[in-house]
Amino acid sequence: MDTTETIILVSIFALAALLIALPRMLSRRERRRRDVAVGGDPGGPDAERGGSQSGESVAVDDAESVVAKVAEEPDADGPGRRRLRDRLAKSRAPFAGMRGRLKARQLDDDAWDDLEETLLLADVGVPTTARLLGGVRDRARVEGLAEADGLPALLEAVIAEQLGDHGDRTLRLDAGRPNAWILVGVNGVGKTTTAAKLATRELARGHSVLFAAADTFRAAAADQLVVWGARIGVDVIRGQEGGDPGAVAFDAVQAAGARGIDLVLVDTAGRLHTKVNLMEELKKIGRVVERTPGALREVLLVLDATIGQNGLAQAREFAEGVGVTGVVLTKLDGSAKGGVVLAIEAELGVPVKLVGVGETADDLVDFDPAEFAAALVG
Amino acid sequence: MFDALADRFDGIFRRLRTRGKLTPSDVDEVAREIRLALLEADVNVRVVKSFIGRIKERATGAEVAQSLGPAQQVIKIVQEELVATLGGATGKLTVASRPPTVIVLAGLQGSGKTTVAAKLARLLEHDQGKRVLLVAADLQRPAAVEQLRVLGQRVSIPVYSQATDPVTVAREGVREAERLGRNVVIIDTAGRLQVDEEMMAELALVCDAVKPDDALLVVDAMTGQEAVAVAEAFGETVALTGVVLTKLDGDARGGSALSVKEVTGLPILYAGVGEKLEDFEAFHPDRMASRILGMGDVLTLIEKAETAFDAQEAAKAQERLAKGQFTLEDFLEQMRQMKKMGPLSSIVGMLPGMPKELRQAEIDDGELDRIEAIICSMTPAERRDPSKINGSRRLRIANGSGTSTQQVNALLKQFKMIQQMMKSMSKPGKKGKKGRMQLPPGMDPIALGGMPGMPGIPGA
Repeated sequence: MDTTETIILVSIFALAALLIALPRMLSRRERRRRDVAVGGDPGGPDAERGGSQSGESVAVDDAESVVAKVAEEPDADGPGRRRLRDRLAKSRAPFAGMRGRLKARQLDDDAWDDLEETLLLADVGVPTTARLLGGVRDRARVEGLAEADGLPALLEAVIAEQLGDHGDRTLRLDAGRPNAWILVGVNGVGKTTTAAKLATRELARGHSVLFAAADTFRAAAADQLVVWGARIGVDVIRGQEGGDPGAVAFDAVQAAGARGIDLVLVDTAGRLHTKVNLMEELKKIGRVVERTPGALREVLLVLDATIGQNGLAQAREFAEGVGVTGVVLTKLDGSAKGGVVLAIEAELGVPVKLVGVGETADDLVDFDPAEFAAALVG
Repeated sequence: MFDALADRFDGIFRRLRTRGKLTPSDVDEVAREIRLALLEADVNVRVVKSFIGRIKERATGAEVAQSLGPAQQVIKIVQEELVATLGGATGKLTVASRPPTVIVLAGLQGSGKTTVAAKLARLLEHDQGKRVLLVAADLQRPAAVEQLRVLGQRVSIPVYSQATDPVTVAREGVREAERLGRNVVIIDTAGRLQVDEEMMAELALVCDAVKPDDALLVVDAMTGQEAVAVAEAFGETVALTGVVLTKLDGDARGGSALSVKEVTGLPILYAGVGEKLEDFEAFHPDRMASRILGMGDVLTLIEKAETAFDAQEAAKAQERLAKGQFTLEDFLEQMRQMKKMGPLSSIVGMLPGMPKELRQAEIDDGELDRIEAIICSMTPAERRDPSKINGSRRLRIANGSGTSTQQVNALLKQFKMIQQMMKSMSKPGKKGKKGRMQLPPGMDPIALGGMPGMPGIPGA
């Protein structure tokens, strides 16, 4: 078959199929929007990943082992902060920071370019960088700054100030009744690991914890959670592979109610925010958790610190879909800086609540705006 | 993927085309816009800088000043530079002269190494007839070995592992492959941060032990500026031979990965484009460059069409099309073949000159299934002559296909319109070459994409 002919033919059929199907696709989308607007239930979506066997709950360990015997001291705020600083200092030592480069230099265009490049390299993004630099310029003018080495401090202050605006970074939990925290995010950001770290942290604070292995898609995801559960002494409610994640979440919240457990950590399958059906599946998980009214306390979006500008698109879609209440920034112990969270806080008002700075279970610390600003400016 | 970048360039070029002469400030403005477009796509700041530098230099040089259409010349320069930056020939895996060929996968945590291991194994075994052994040397992450075992089972490829240390597992894995007569070994290693000296040293030991023919860095397409630092650090530790790009099915703009190519010179060999194990393909940088420049990816489209379409059937359909005898039956047949080429949205992305609205439209392939159901619920006579479908037939078709009469109506109406459109399109071609169909002059794909009839028809 002649290739040009093939192409023309395929184009025509693709177009024909599109032209025939598109009007209705669009109108369906429109309708879905309307449903959402009036708060209607779009109905159980058939998730892309298929499979609808109801989740069969298997408590892996005996209930007695729920309360953990964690050896470590509860991590108070102090040590956590030191850890972040130490970690960041260690990973960034090899790189000559901007502070060094700006020493004893004039406040000229090059200095401003250097400042801009630092922010762009930290994945802050063009619009947010422009806004931050505007803030720094204003301050520099007001304070009559002439030397370039005053810039980093000013930038740090502007960033910290902006981050300070987004108030509540605490995780909501009322002991004595089931509280559910759902972990969401794209593939490979560290949701399961974060669940394990969160569990360790809450156990150390005297709360009882249960895992819901609602990632029924990725091969061996539940096994990964079971290994963690055995390590730190937390039971896992799991379903069959390919089963309904909503059922797992529902069972877990029910089990928590029956056993008097404080916190259910729902680990969900990684999903790209562009996959409509998978986002619907996530909404369903949220809905079934809310069958126990008031149980859904946090929806935490897990973001990898290496994320680029796509992080903003992710945050927007997840926030729209499932009402994200906070961000967990993982893998900050690399040299990546996760600057896109500045844009996320500014545009969407979703606060960063926790950062992951290491591999071990207690390397999850509270987000500190000043520390983060300092690390970002480098 | 890369669509957002393509749109930005499209806009910039379009504005340029309207200009006759170019002042230096015009060039500056274009440079600024290109810089912004690249930065928003996560292209590394330093790569952007040198790219813009080259454009400016050439755009203000004699090459442009002496040309008749300076704006056209600038467009050409930008295109050339972009192709040079992204481009190069398609890379290939190195095959060992004495089997087995050893492939090591390395990367940050969560970049998708384990999934890539299974996908690559499947591709090599099913498409190239290799016999692969997967080796699970990620002993770090809980259940990583189990994950690879499950994936291996799904693609029917054996998985080797043991609970010792990564170096031993890798070495024994290669030995096991020799014993089993497997000619490719894919070693999945633990994810590691490039600043973690201990883990990087371990990776070096693994590579020393097995002397890989291919050391591939797995990079998440959503990575930001960090990608370059990661690639450089991994490159210093082990002799990388290529990059595998993952999660390209999202809306990431992938600029970071392109920067990796520019800074390290490593070719991107493969791309992961979906959750299913078959969603994995060879990466062609030149084709990607032409996609970003809005010129479509015709080569891939041809390849896919050649495997999916039955040449004889297509020729017959074409003939009927030219004669204006194209029926719902033909349409059904062609639609089924087209579905074999993958999701409609990816086909649309490969077509040259498609308008932005279409490329970005969220296309639900389920709709095609519904159309198929409707057509299948018609009798052969009805398919040949839809005009005989009256009220009661319509109801029967709707019930048979699980749709509504409104949906059946909408389909018939759209089909009629398309039929007319095709008839008018196929006429000039018939005259030109016997039986061949060509796009008539003045009916380029852009105009086609902007056809009327898109909006309207309220949903049933």
